[in-house]
Order: sequence, then structure tokens, then C-alpha cells
Amino acid sequence: MDFYQTSLSQLHDDLVNKKISATELTKETFDHIRGNEDQVKAFISLNEDQALKRAAEIDTKGISADQLTAGVPLAVKDNILTKGLTTTAASKMLENFNPVYDATVVEKLNAADYINVGKTNLDEFAMGSSTENSAFFTTHNPWDLTRVPGGSSGGSAAAVAAGDVLGALGTDTGGSIRMPASFNGVVGMKPTYGRVSRWGIIAFGSSFDQVGWLTQNVKDNALLTALISGNDERDMTSSLKEVPDWAAQLNENTNVKGLRIAVPKEYFDGLDEDVQEVIKAALDHLESLGAIVDEVSLPHTQYGVPAYYILASSEASSNLQRYDGIRYGFRAADVKNLEDVYVRSRSEGFGEEVKRRIMLGTFSLSAGFYDAYFNKAAKVRRLIAQDFEDVFKDHDVIVGATGASTAFKIGAEIDDPQTMYMNDVLTVPVNMAGLPAMSIPAGFSAKNGMPVGLQIIGKAFDEQTVYNTGYVFEQTTDFHKKTPKLGGQN
Amino acid sequence: MASKITEQQVEHVAELAKLEFPKDELSKFTTQLGNIIDMFEDLEAVDTDGVEPMTSATDRVNVMREDKAVKSSKEEQEALLNNAPETDGGYIKVPAILDESEDGE
Repeated sequence: MDFYQTSLSQLHDDLVNKKISATELTKETFDHIRGNEDQVKAFISLNEDQALKRAAEIDTKGISADQLTAGVPLAVKDNILTKGLTTTAASKMLENFNPVYDATVVEKLNAADYINVGKTNLDEFAMGSSTENSAFFTTHNPWDLTRVPGGSSGGSAAAVAAGDVLGALGTDTGGSIRMPASFNGVVGMKPTYGRVSRWGIIAFGSSFDQVGWLTQNVKDNALLTALISGNDERDMTSSLKEVPDWAAQLNENTNVKGLRIAVPKEYFDGLDEDVQEVIKAALDHLESLGAIVDEVSLPHTQYGVPAYYILASSEASSNLQRYDGIRYGFRAADVKNLEDVYVRSRSEGFGEEVKRRIMLGTFSLSAGFYDAYFNKAAKVRRLIAQDFEDVFKDHDVIVGATGASTAFKIGAEIDDPQTMYMNDVLTVPVNMAGLPAMSIPAGFSAKNGMPVGLQIIGKAFDEQTVYNTGYVFEQTTDFHKKTPKLGGQN
Repeated sequence: MASKITEQQVEHVAELAKLEFPKDELSKFTTQLGNIIDMFEDLEAVDTDGVEPMTSATDRVNVMREDKAVKSSKEEQEALLNNAPETDGGYIKVPAILDESEDGE
């Protein structure tokens, strides 16, 4: 079976009422994945044996009515630690790395009896916008196999778009959940920084990284995000704020009447015409439902990309120092001495983009350049966060495009890092400020038929208004009902 | 556009980052890094006088925890060592700090 025409609560009811067992469901899931995986290549590893074993255990134990994800197959991005199940971050450096503990989010899912179907592909160490930086292979966009799925959570987004799973975990440092969600016509939520524990997530930019879900629909996303949220004493940046039951607010009474939507004029700069048309129609639609749509300015938007690439690369260069070829990970052969172990293991174990980021970060932090680059970027980060605060004084959400274009062709941008970085212009400011933001299907390009994502940005810890807005849009449109026909006949 | 970074500087940064590049890659990297650093310099146009740098978006400050030892099992120790490239009798093995084949230095 595929997961297009169902939802988490529907599936849960079927499991509780024994219309289907966890074992049958898991078997059918793998049958479906096998049917398209040769074309899509969403997974670095499939966990079939363990998944079936787990499903049998859950069937024996029985599925209780209050455990929504019990027996439900879900996927996990391969930079999230899963005990005993190889976790590679799509890097040669960690090709054979076997985690000795679970990430907090995985611990929570295990406690909720989910079925882990496998680990999804990504750009190496989550650095990239296309999965082309994976050390192993590139994932293909199910809507058009000649196009990228976006990145870095491209495997997770493609798995959801291909109907493999109801939801897949992703991580978002500068847009890595939202951008692939947009490219694949699925829902992707980056919660507020601190909402979800980062314990057991392979660190990239620690002050930006956040875990979240890519899902078929908004309500499933709210349910699944609530499940992984909450304080964790092992992550000192994780918030003490209570986690609301977001999904409880998503029903036939949810509406956007009087909702004050801010549309930054900078978010239309450089948008492709086909994307612009879809976004304008989406805003008209929200207005027709009673929302108040206002044009505003986020004046530092254009500085988001340079500031982000300085700060995130600096954090990456520090976080990735741990890969030294000593305790775990790749070690180069025929090394002469200890220094040689470090230099050769890192030079041979990391891919080109990761090395580029380490170099950019090391440069930005080095003596003589720290003030001009790192410190300057950190000040610009404050200004970007203040821009958002100013707009949120009299608006409830900020809405615009997730990406300036639809999914580009595989190979089109990989040799031009700067162009690749500019894909993140509409997503990185949110990470700078730590805000929650979600991409939802907003329509299709008139030019190439590819999905276009609408980005909804909320105030810190106000995921509720983001979900409400997305839910109303989804329930009053049909875009999310269209699914890719693998083989390219869209 | 004249690149703001030279091959010598790139080599120096590589040394700090414990990376090395073959000669042909070095010149490609220098051009690419130069272009990206040119983009970084767009930030010069922003007036940041009196702006406090922001290095995190967390809502927490000074989170403390008890400093206590956690006992680990033999299985956990083995699982950890299984990830090490080379071990010997429960220890992680590394090459000599100095190259034994070299004299002096």
C-alpha cells in the first residue's frame, strides 16, 4: 500500500480495530518501497528485518487506543542516531558507524512503538540543497526523476512524496526540512529552536539545528511533532516550555478570519515567475477566507545568506573537529604518525562541500578575520531577528515562498556553490532567529508542473498559529491530494 | 574580480583545519572560496554600530546539571570500541606521535 489516501488517525483506527496488523502494514510498506526505490533512491539503509520483528512484537502486545504511532511505519534521516543501526550522515567518514545510543527523538518514538523502516539519504552532514553531496548517491524527485529532491532532508521528503511513509524525520539548519518539502509537494515543519531535543543529532550548526517532520498532511505533522517535543536535560538549549496539543485545535472550526498575515516584499525579489504566480494565488486564497494580508518589509533579508554561511560554517568547523580518525569513523591507511592520521583521515573521509564549509568556518574564525567575518555576521543575525520581532508586533504570521524556484535538474548547480547557497535565501533567516516555520503544498508551476511550497513563519513557540494557517489552506485546497506518478507522466 | 584570498592563505587555513589539498584542487578551492568570501563582504554595507552579536536563539541561560559519574556496562564498552578503527586489549590504538622512521625532528 501507499500512504497517500490515509492519515495517522485513520491508520491508527485500522490498527486498533484490527483491520490490518502491524505486520501486514509493515510488509505492505516494504512492498511499496521496493516498487519505487530503484527510481527514487530515498533510503541509505532499509531496516526490513528489524522492522518486521518489531511489528510482530507490537502485534503480540496489542495496540492500545491511546498510542497513536504504535505499529506505524516511519522513516528517519540518516544523521539521527539509531542504536545498533548504522548512521552515516551520508559521509564516507561514518560509513560504518554504529551508534551506541538512540537520539532523544528516536527514544521517544521507540517508547511510542513506531516502526523504523529505514534511514533516509541527505547531503553529507546535512550540508547542501539537493542530496547531490551525499557520499553514496543522489535521491531523485518522485515528481520528475531528472530533478533533485532538494536538501538536505531530500531522502525524507522523497520518501513521503513517493508514498513510502506517512512521515519521515528531518533536520533543518538553514532550510533542510522546508526546502525539500517545497520541492516534493509535502508538508515540512521546522519547530522553534529549543522545542525538540538535539541530543543524538549529528551536529552541524548547533545554534541553528532543529529536528522536525516531513509528512503527507498538516494534522499528522502536528501530532508527530508533539510526540518528539519537550525539554530534555541532555540538551541544554532545549526549552522548558510546555508542549501544547496542536492537533486538538485543527478541526472544522479552525479558520483564518481576521488572521493578520504579513507578506515581506523582499520575499518576492528574484522569485521565478511560475513560483510567484502560485504564491500570489495562495495569498489571494487566504484573503478570500478572511485573513488580512499586509505587505511589510524585512530589510535585512538579503544579508541572510552571507551571514548564515559564515556562522553555520564556523559552527560546523568546530563541530566537525571531532572526526579525527581516532575513536570512531574513517581512518586513512598507511599513515606515518599521529598528525598524518588527523590530516589524511579528514582529507580522505570528508567530501568536497563539507571541506569547503570547514574551510570557510575556519577562515571566518581565524586570527585577523574573526571581527570582520564571524562577529560581523553575528551582529547581522541580531538585526535579522529584530526585523522579525518588529513585524510580529502587529502580525500573527509571515507568509511567502519557501524557495525562489521549483526543483532544479540534477547536475545543474552542483559545480557552482554560490548559486547553490542562494537557494536558501528565503529559509535561512528563520533559523537565524530560531522561529518555527512550515512549508505546505501551495500549487504547481505552470511552466514545469513541479510542486511549489508556501512558507508560513510564526512567532517563537507559536507553532499553533502556523499549523492553524497551514491546516485551513490545506483543507480548502486540493493541491495536497495530487500525487506523483512515478515514471514521469505528470 | 580580484580574489581576497591567496593560495598561501588557503594553505594556512587548511593547516588550521587539519586538511590538505592536492595542488590542482588548491587553486580551484582558492577561486571558489574567494568568490564566497566576496559574497561575505556584502555584509560591510550593513550598519552594525552598537549591535550586540547574537550567537544563539535559545531561551535558556546557564543550564546546570549535577556532575555525576554514570556506570557503563561491558557491552556498552565493547560497542564503543567496535567503532574504533584499531583497538588493543580494550584500548584504542593510535600510531606513534612522531614518525619513527625519521631521524632527528
